[in-house]
Amino acid sequence: MSSVKLHIDDVSLSFGGIKALQHISFDVREGEIVSVIGPNGAGKTSLINSINGFYKPQSGRILFGGRDITKLPPYKRAQLGISRTFQNIALYTNMTALDNLMAARHLHMKSNMLTGALFIGPAQREEIEHRVIVEEIIEFLEMEAIRKSIVGTLSYGLRKRVELGRALALEPELLLLDEPMAGMNQEEKEDMARFILDIHEQRRTTILLIEHDVGLVMDISNHVVALDFGQKIAEGPPAEISQNEAVIRAYLGQENG
Amino acid sequence: MSSNIRPSGVFDTTYSDDIALNRTRGEKAVSYGIVALLLLIPLLSLEGPFGISLVPQSLVGTIIRIAILVISVQGLNILTGYTGQVSLGHAAFMAVGAYSGAYLARQFGFSFWLALPTSALFTGVIGLLFGLPSLRVKGFYLSMATLAAQFIIPWTLRYPLEHISNGSRPLDVPVPDLFGINFGADGAMYYIVIPLAMALSLAARNISRTRTGRAMISIRDNDLAAELLGINVFSYKLQAFFVSAVYAGIAGCLMAFHTNNISLEFFAPQVSIELLAMLIIGGAGFPLGPMFGVAFVILLTQNVIPALVPSLYSALPSLLPFLAPVNVFAALNPLLFGLALMIFLIVEPRGLAYRWEILKISWKIRPFSY
Ligand SMILES: Nc1ncnc2c1ncn2[C@@H]1O[C@H](COP(=O)(O)OP(=O)(O)O)[C@@H](O)[C@H]1O
Ligand SMILES: [Mg+2]
Repeated sequence: MSSVKLHIDDVSLSFGGIKALQHISFDVREGEIVSVIGPNGAGKTSLINSINGFYKPQSGRILFGGRDITKLPPYKRAQLGISRTFQNIALYTNMTALDNLMAARHLHMKSNMLTGALFIGPAQREEIEHRVIVEEIIEFLEMEAIRKSIVGTLSYGLRKRVELGRALALEPELLLLDEPMAGMNQEEKEDMARFILDIHEQRRTTILLIEHDVGLVMDISNHVVALDFGQKIAEGPPAEISQNEAVIRAYLGQENG
Repeated sequence: MSSNIRPSGVFDTTYSDDIALNRTRGEKAVSYGIVALLLLIPLLSLEGPFGISLVPQSLVGTIIRIAILVISVQGLNILTGYTGQVSLGHAAFMAVGAYSGAYLARQFGFSFWLALPTSALFTGVIGLLFGLPSLRVKGFYLSMATLAAQFIIPWTLRYPLEHISNGSRPLDVPVPDLFGINFGADGAMYYIVIPLAMALSLAARNISRTRTGRAMISIRDNDLAAELLGINVFSYKLQAFFVSAVYAGIAGCLMAFHTNNISLEFFAPQVSIELLAMLIIGGAGFPLGPMFGVAFVILLTQNVIPALVPSLYSALPSLLPFLAPVNVFAALNPLLFGLALMIFLIVEPRGLAYRWEILKISWKIRPFSY
């Protein structure tokens, strides 16, 4: 069995009286797609925010590749290879799709204010080198036609795709996807699912996926964690989770209420 | 913005063509043409080598003043336009450059060539210090912190450092000895200031389109998402404060050596506001914004408004009979400037440079303008 990439160890997080996460523990193994499901307000986004450092859990530890990252600021976690997308998209809307992806090459680039100011020489070479890499991602996600469009002018589905591209441009070891298919039509959803599977296959990226659409999750994940009211109510292979009483109750409860 | 539109038939075959600043022959010709024209101007004035006065001598001085302000506003553009940190203390940093340059020349006999970089770096460090609050505060509160610089720096110069600044009285700055020749006239200064303004504008443009600039723009557009890309937000804010102050310092120092006589009034709070107004009118976050903004505001305040004031003044008694015209006279200038600024913000909040980009695009896709 492959090694543990992400180890969530007894993590609790609350906002005043709201217990967003209560004693959550689970592992994500190298090369897996692990999905976190649960009704609205279950704590899924809070979990991703804790992993990438936007939220600081009050207790518990988070280990990434064996290293304790619980206290690291977000940009240091990004440097270690954690990248994410947002439920409500957080792109640079005034930049082109291309520049959004180029901005995400930050960690892999070296030029500084001085070499950048000169441009000719190292900075220019670097721009071209990384442009080639970014163009590969653009091709991979079939974004050629929108490469130089200002992101703010793109449709919701395309913006989600650009955001995925930006997350990929970091060449992450762990990719956190917060409801990448929310608000999409069926065709866009299928495209997105295909991209996620391709990323997993071709780049061997470990993926933690949050998704509302349980059917879709069951198709593409190796392992599923179910949350409800900040608690882990079930964990296991997809086939098992889809039969799980507590999970069915959580979802039915939501639909009835 | 304009980078995605090209005249039909022009295709980039390599990425280096695609990222070039001048992408067509026409663009290249226009850029070089402007540079050549600017460099020719003093030669065609009465004090030039040919002794012809095709160009009025006063124009040379005006262009120098514009170029110095362009340098300063380029710095403000990096901090405010690209990084999104609104500074209300930019004039104070110009004061640091001006007075440290003057001090080095007066006290230690530094040549202009040595005083310029030294005072620029010193100003950068002072800018860095006033950027430290950006670790904790942002937006409106950070602007307040920069406003503090606008009060602390001139106060420090006026009182504790009176022996350096000459307090509230003007301070003489030695006439620079350039190229071994003592130039008092505008001519030599022109050939220092103009190429420097061009080089620094180009440097700012290059910063904005490479790694550092993209990090800064990321911070402006969404600082949380910037962290997520591994960008150390605080470090880049500090870098922006530093380089913006370096630009202000260079501008201030040039001003000192150009006018040979500086006074703290040159760096008053309203100057900071004017610099910000220039940036906004020109287009914050656009490479050409500082040029457009400075040229427009200078034209407005030195030519258009003075031309309007007398007729407005004589029309006042009939327009607003309850006002004593004498009381209003002094206020007419700032009033008209404020009015122009307001109209501008309503009509084109993104600035002249934005308008220019739109125009360029519609020119390139002619004759199909849909
Ligand atoms: N920044 C915050 N401040 C206060 N409460 C929050 C914050 N973020 C999340 N919560 C609360 O935590 C709970 C879990 O929210 P969230 O993690 O967004 O759930 P999900 O993503 O599963 O829909 C909710 O009750 C939500 O209101
Ligand atoms: Mg959520």
